[in-house]
Amino acid sequence: MGFEVSEIRRDFPILSRKVHGKPLVYFDNAATTQKPKSLISALSSFYENHNGNIHRGAHTLSDEATTLVEESRQKTASFINAPKPETIVFTRNATEAINLVAHSWGRKFLKSGDEIILTELEHHSNLVPWQILSKEKSVKLRFIPIEKNGDLDLSEAKKLFSDKTKLISFTAASNVLGTLPPVKEIIGLAKQAGAKTLIDASQWTPHFKTDVQDWDCDFLAFSAHKMLGPTGLGVLYGRESLLEGMDPFLGGGDMIERVELESFTPNVLPAKFEAGTPAIAEAAVFPEALKYLSQIGFAAIEDQEQALLKRTLEILKNEPEVELYGSPLPQGRGGVISFNLRGLHSHDVGTSLDLEGVAVRTGHHCCQPLMRCLGVGGTARASFYFYNTLEEVEIFGHALRKTVEFFKPKLKTAGAK
Amino acid sequence: MEGDQELKELYQDILLDYSQSGAHKGTVEGADFHSHGINPVCGDEIEITMKTGKADGSIEKIRYSGHGCVISQASSAMMAECLEGKTPKQARELVLAFKDMMLSKTPLEVLPPELSVMKSLEGVRKFPLRVKCATLAWNTIQKSFPEEKTA
Repeated sequence: MGFEVSEIRRDFPILSRKVHGKPLVYFDNAATTQKPKSLISALSSFYENHNGNIHRGAHTLSDEATTLVEESRQKTASFINAPKPETIVFTRNATEAINLVAHSWGRKFLKSGDEIILTELEHHSNLVPWQILSKEKSVKLRFIPIEKNGDLDLSEAKKLFSDKTKLISFTAASNVLGTLPPVKEIIGLAKQAGAKTLIDASQWTPHFKTDVQDWDCDFLAFSAHKMLGPTGLGVLYGRESLLEGMDPFLGGGDMIERVELESFTPNVLPAKFEAGTPAIAEAAVFPEALKYLSQIGFAAIEDQEQALLKRTLEILKNEPEVELYGSPLPQGRGGVISFNLRGLHSHDVGTSLDLEGVAVRTGHHCCQPLMRCLGVGGTARASFYFYNTLEEVEIFGHALRKTVEFFKPKLKTAGAK
Repeated sequence: MEGDQELKELYQDILLDYSQSGAHKGTVEGADFHSHGINPVCGDEIEITMKTGKADGSIEKIRYSGHGCVISQASSAMMAECLEGKTPKQARELVLAFKDMMLSKTPLEVLPPELSVMKSLEGVRKFPLRVKCATLAWNTIQKSFPEEKTA
């Protein structure tokens, strides 16, 4: 282990609060992660010392804010090994990043009869933008199915690619099942077909080393708030030649070079895609999150998450009322586990766990089509980060047992197979 | 223990009993009104069918179908029981009274006597995200009242 969990937990003030009188056990990290003190104080410090609008004005505050945001862009680029800072577009979140590609690349370059490949694992944010585009441009959407353990069915995937395929957009890590699709292999299939590739790395980048040049993907999207960073900031990486060829996304300040009453010429990269005042403070402090993750290191993060996964899966497999979805093994998956208690609705499970201080996500996780594949309306989901402990896993296990014990005698459906 | 007590207060036995009651589950044959509702938070869906009497339009029969949590299922069952036999005007007023209670706009004491069973959902008010579970059936039936549509 590369770090002492009890020590790093002191860096996250919220982790010592209580919920319903019990210590908080925060297992909803796939939704958003908690923030270290260094990031929280950087945010205050920015507003106390450097706040100004960026790329405007010749005054010191504007200069300082601009420098901080542009340094953040450089550090973000090197964090994912992007070749140049200009290939990093700051957005509101990963959802907006995907919408940007659908809008600015899809609308310009796709035509009737073209095909986009997605997968059954996708989050609504990687489905709906393409559905909107599909309707507008008569583009066909095709879907890689999943196998019972949550893996993508690659033999079916191979059959979907053809010269009609113009793009594949898929998640590198499922927010529901923890599945880690073989990104490089799928990108290889896309390249053979001459298709572009977009990786939804929202659940990948917080947990594993991201290297866009190694993957050789065309686009990659993720959100800062899922990796210790602030909300309101997302990242789109794009291959420079593609970003250059794309139309602007939103119109407004900053994205223009010159404006007449009836026309404009767009700014250069990446400003072309960053209309209006962005999340300046959030972008300025994001490097604190990147620094924290680099200091801990992804190898140590993975070790800790594997330990948590292993013990949680043991507990869930030993609990007879649990229905587990996806792979039952800790190896080769992300720190996300979906399950139900038989005969109980996930919302009732979620509330019952919350009353024990345990925060899990419940419902469809913005993946309604995947829920239909699994044959359920929703699931309860525990998702980890490196600051979670094995003690917390035990508390979660006890809370789960208590939930079963409370409902089983009172509900005839509870425990029914 | 704070959490244990809260769990018992939230999931009262009467709520668990109603959530399993089959009395008003299903679909009304030859329904005059039907309405479909979705809780966007969890994706749960409900289908309500209703048959009204010829003369004063009073509600003869209400049935609901769909899948949901204890709170939404109990609330649906209690709603059907409370609203059967009521005129559309009475039913509309009761729906509003219940929703006001759930949104903590009114104290429990002013709840109309016809809705006294609904007081068992009081505990849900502490959980803002779960209020939508309790009001799903009520919002859904509200859409099916003919006068509501033009109002």
